[in-house]
Amino acid sequence: MSQFRLAPRVDKIIQGIKFGILSPEEIRKMSVVAVVTDQAYDEAGLPVEGGIMDPRMGVVSPGQRCPTCGNTLHACPGHFGYIELTKPVIHYEFVPHIYDVLRATCRVCGKVKLPEEEIEKFLHLYEQLEKKWPILAKRVVGYVRKRAAKAQECPHCHAKQYKIKLEKPYKFIEERMPRLHTLNPEEIKARLERIPDKHAKVLGFDPKDARPEWTILTVLPVPPVTVRPSIVLENGMRSEDDLTHKLADIVRTNNKLRENIESGASEAMIENLWDLLQYHVATFFDNEIPGIPPARHRSGKPLRTLAQRLKGKEGRFRSNLSGKRVDFSARTVISPDPNISINEVGVPVEVAKTLTVPVKVTPWNIEEMRQLILNGPDKWPGANYVITREGRRIDLRYAKDRKIIAESLQPGWTVERHLQDGDVALFNRQPSLHRMSIMSHLVKVLPGKTFRLNPLVCPPYNADFDGDEMNLHVPQSEEARAEALELMLVEKHILSPRYGGPIIGGLQDYISGAYLLTTVATLLTREDVQELLGVTGYEGEVPEPAILSPKVAWTGKQLISVFLPKDFNYSGKANIATGDLKCEDEYCFYDSFVVVRNGELVEGVLDKKSIGHEQPKSLMHWIVYEYGPQKGREIYDKVFKMFLRFIEKRGFTTRYDDVRLPPEAKKEIEEILKEAYEEVKKLIEDYENGLLEPLPGRTLEETLELMIMDVLAKARDKAGEIAAKYLSPLNNAVIMAKAGARGNILNLTQMAALLGQQSVRGERIKRGYRKRTLPHFEWGDISPDARGFVRHSFYEGLTPTEVFFHAAGGREGLVDTAVRTSQSGYMQRRLINALQDLKVDYDGTVRDAWGALYQSVYGDDGVDPMKSAHGESVDVKHVIEKVTKVRL
Amino acid sequence: MSKLEYALKLIDEWENKLYTEYNIKSKPKFISDLREHVQKLIEVKPDVTEEELKRVVDLSFRYFLRAQVEPGEAVGTVAAQSIGEPSTQMTLRTFHYAGVKELNVTLGLPRLIEIVDARKTPSTPTMTVYLDEEHRYDKEKALEVARKIEMTKVENVASSVEIDWFNVMIIIRLDPEMMEDKGVTRDDVIKAINKLRIKGKAEPDPEDEYAVDVKLDPEAYTSIGELQKLRDKILSAKIKGIKGINRVIVQQREEEYVLVTDGSNLAQVLEVEGVDPTRTVSDNIKEIEEVLGIEAARQAIINEIVDVLENQGLDVDLRHIMLLADTMTWSGEVRQVGRHGIAGSKPSVLARAAFEVTVKQLVDAAVTGEVDELKGVTENIIIGQPIPVGTGMVLLVMNPQEFVRRVKRSEGEHEAGERS
Repeated sequence: MSQFRLAPRVDKIIQGIKFGILSPEEIRKMSVVAVVTDQAYDEAGLPVEGGIMDPRMGVVSPGQRCPTCGNTLHACPGHFGYIELTKPVIHYEFVPHIYDVLRATCRVCGKVKLPEEEIEKFLHLYEQLEKKWPILAKRVVGYVRKRAAKAQECPHCHAKQYKIKLEKPYKFIEERMPRLHTLNPEEIKARLERIPDKHAKVLGFDPKDARPEWTILTVLPVPPVTVRPSIVLENGMRSEDDLTHKLADIVRTNNKLRENIESGASEAMIENLWDLLQYHVATFFDNEIPGIPPARHRSGKPLRTLAQRLKGKEGRFRSNLSGKRVDFSARTVISPDPNISINEVGVPVEVAKTLTVPVKVTPWNIEEMRQLILNGPDKWPGANYVITREGRRIDLRYAKDRKIIAESLQPGWTVERHLQDGDVALFNRQPSLHRMSIMSHLVKVLPGKTFRLNPLVCPPYNADFDGDEMNLHVPQSEEARAEALELMLVEKHILSPRYGGPIIGGLQDYISGAYLLTTVATLLTREDVQELLGVTGYEGEVPEPAILSPKVAWTGKQLISVFLPKDFNYSGKANIATGDLKCEDEYCFYDSFVVVRNGELVEGVLDKKSIGHEQPKSLMHWIVYEYGPQKGREIYDKVFKMFLRFIEKRGFTTRYDDVRLPPEAKKEIEEILKEAYEEVKKLIEDYENGLLEPLPGRTLEETLELMIMDVLAKARDKAGEIAAKYLSPLNNAVIMAKAGARGNILNLTQMAALLGQQSVRGERIKRGYRKRTLPHFEWGDISPDARGFVRHSFYEGLTPTEVFFHAAGGREGLVDTAVRTSQSGYMQRRLINALQDLKVDYDGTVRDAWGALYQSVYGDDGVDPMKSAHGESVDVKHVIEKVTKVRL
Repeated sequence: MSKLEYALKLIDEWENKLYTEYNIKSKPKFISDLREHVQKLIEVKPDVTEEELKRVVDLSFRYFLRAQVEPGEAVGTVAAQSIGEPSTQMTLRTFHYAGVKELNVTLGLPRLIEIVDARKTPSTPTMTVYLDEEHRYDKEKALEVARKIEMTKVENVASSVEIDWFNVMIIIRLDPEMMEDKGVTRDDVIKAINKLRIKGKAEPDPEDEYAVDVKLDPEAYTSIGELQKLRDKILSAKIKGIKGINRVIVQQREEEYVLVTDGSNLAQVLEVEGVDPTRTVSDNIKEIEEVLGIEAARQAIINEIVDVLENQGLDVDLRHIMLLADTMTWSGEVRQVGRHGIAGSKPSVLARAAFEVTVKQLVDAAVTGEVDELKGVTENIIIGQPIPVGTGMVLLVMNPQEFVRRVKRSEGEHEAGERS
């Protein structure tokens, strides 16, 4: 009936999970077998009845049927067994609780050592807090436990109380002065049994599902074999799970203990075996107990027992419960393709033939589906599986005749067809630090073996193409596809919720291209214009040429205007508007102030400030803000392609002599360095002669260092200025720096003039050999050259000592990055964990999952940062400019 | 009606509509901005038309309404990501000079971690002490306050200390320049030493006017070790100032003088005469919580995080930081972001177990017989159900088949009704 595949209907919702301690009776009741022998298999290699691998505990090998529930491998949940312990032992994980309870209760009558009315009072308080403020209830329990432990005499039966000490990990000692008495688990159990329910409750125990005495084990549950399957090695040998090994130890010791008791062995012998049993049971639960040696394999590797299975990053919780493995995913190297839309992803044919989308067959698509089945699994676009109405799955790889299947296809069947153009897929790059790390793209199947993405979407993924790999996921249900298209599509994430501005935008050649295209020096012929408009797929009229004589010519700005909305108004500084080219207002001589009026780019060059990524309140931001993400995407797809085509046509490169300085510039720099060196020399002399005045709060040495660094930094800056002065503005390296495409002036001066001071930990480099950094220098030399000042540029080349210093500074940067990623990663995990349950409710309030109120209006004004104008709810000035073209 | 009156009337109408029709609870900031700018616009461009004014007002309000958050938005996760993601770009080990070379302040990632950890004391406690009208504009007067605040120990003004074994005496020679600088007299030093619990007495040296003799009871101090210990005790004796304030630097900020301190003691500094208690701040959040209360601590968290991010040139919306600060202070005390704070006090066992210290969480839950109601995000992921944020929050269910059947039935009834 329905043409859509809906997510499976929800029949049952789990309301809650109650935690508790299993009682001996419960353990016996839920078990299907009493495990009595440590033998696992008999001579024939079959599991022994009553052994630790008793088949009644569940199915482990395929094809078997479970003797208990009759299910096969995938459906049998496994069944518990139990071991009747000869003597009780302590459950290690409960030791702190047992310790508290033993101290807080009377050794004779088992009551909490507080007057009855106080117990009533605390119980009342506890019951009131329990539901609403579990944290506070916990504090009450802690207080009661502490207070009751202080009593020297029982207020109920007036018995004298002794101090009880815990000798880690699980030995309790009662100080019956002058004698010490070790409490054995039987005694402890007896004491815990005497505690009345009400008193157990004030001590924080749930008397119904967690009686205190159940923390002492008399019956040990044996986990089903399904959680401890044995593996068959290549040589046919069986290798048992760590838990099975441990269980064998327990059963063996338990039996031995019983035999010894029955045969009337010595007290000491029994004690020893009892201790051994305790050790095995404790390590069965946790094999990393401080103070006792962990149980080991024969190879010496510690066993991985229950606690280790749950704990930590590779444990059950974080690895299998919070994180899930999925099907329908692919991973490969990424490479750029500026010709596809930012909304698209290029998928290799091979991948498209493996990933499938389930499609319900209807009368309207049945012919198409038949063709896909005929194409089969190897020819794209085809299909891999057909599922009949009854749910039978036909694998087309092994189908003898696909024609028959295609013919028998009927509405109601499902075809798992290959991924095709236009399908949605989620695209992800790790580390997934923000929601833009997973966005949905429309599939475009392309030849080749890499995923292709538009370079404009690199910033949100923080991707580059030096070998990065990315993952692709194909949503399988109609709901998932709808959410992917409506919420996760790339164009819906042009604006970042982090700061309310575009995170997608021009970078590198896009910016150089935009700058070169829109600069006044660029005039385009008719052919140029046709080609440039052609790459965008533009089909309208070519605009009137801006220049008619001597030859018709168009400006680059005209081409931009073709795509701007006709009522768009914008003004703002360009990135080049610094230093000499600075302009604060319209009518800028240097063309460094961008003005758009009625959709015409009337002045200004486009560069990073207008079209770059992470530029709030830029031209691209306002377009997306005012005209929506679709219009924004259109411009990213069309106009930005034009930038690249232009830079390709024009040609753009940077080379060695872009950073060459004329001899007179060299001389000036030499002069400055000489002066600085003199100054440093003077400082050192002053210091040696005791003429240097220390800065307040600094030692003399620190003062000297600071002043030297100051002098050298100034010298470097001055040298940089000179270099910048001599570098031609038509130089491509300079163009990139000024337009904001790549590199900055500092990088250029490092290439052209000098590198300057190399530092480690914010200081001049001082470590290395005794009293000197390198053997090339005298002992105690603290001159600039001996402490990591690099006076040469990359153009000139570095001296051997300079190379060392530069490497030292560079290494610090690498180490820094490595340390930082782990630290910030952990911080983010904690932040996410602290905040993940918060959401905006239907009434506009911010609440957590339990309904607790955090903010009555989100962020004081209810404004979503993503939809804001760089944090402001409304940028009134911009609205006024938009409507009236008046800049306030 | 003038153009301005017209525009203001439009704004008033819209504002009213916001509160009544659109259920906006607080007055948005942009409205006053709008009034102001509309007025300016009319001044700059007197020929602005009424249509244009109306468009400005309409658009502004429409943009505001458009920017409202949608119910279900997972603002917590977005906030965490918005603070966490840029932190990968931060430089580590940044010690920055707080405007003056004399002082180091932790900044960057280590400082951010320190704030979310809600440490008792930051690694570099500092205060920015603002001064009142009287002391604000004069360097001398500012210095006067600085001297009152700065803790001066005997060692700060001593040039040398000698132990006279023969007379069982400690002679402290003072540095006149330092005394001048700190505004300390010899009598102050003597008084400070005599306040100590020592068996002996400090007196002015009869020969040197810049020396103090501490005459000791020879019975009480017999060993060299004891005397040396005593010397250290005398050297660290406080002459004046406030405990914890190791150094004070006077700094000019625009018109006024401001004191920047190394070390922090908010409670006592606020009471010093000449200090403007309304603006003076410490970077120790726990201290602010104790002295000024939880609301102040919330604001301090916000300010400190904003400072760190701004210093690193990172752009993060204030709303994210506010939400984090609200979460940290929501319970009435500053809670750490981590297992001893927010994550550790969640009502869900599974959420706590999935974060850190898994086994202990499960054991404690077993003892108390805790029930996990499975309301949070992690719990629902664990059991494989939709999470209760975003589209997962919607509880409305439509069964399309049932819907079609009912529509048909009601149509049938309708037709039947018409026929009869």
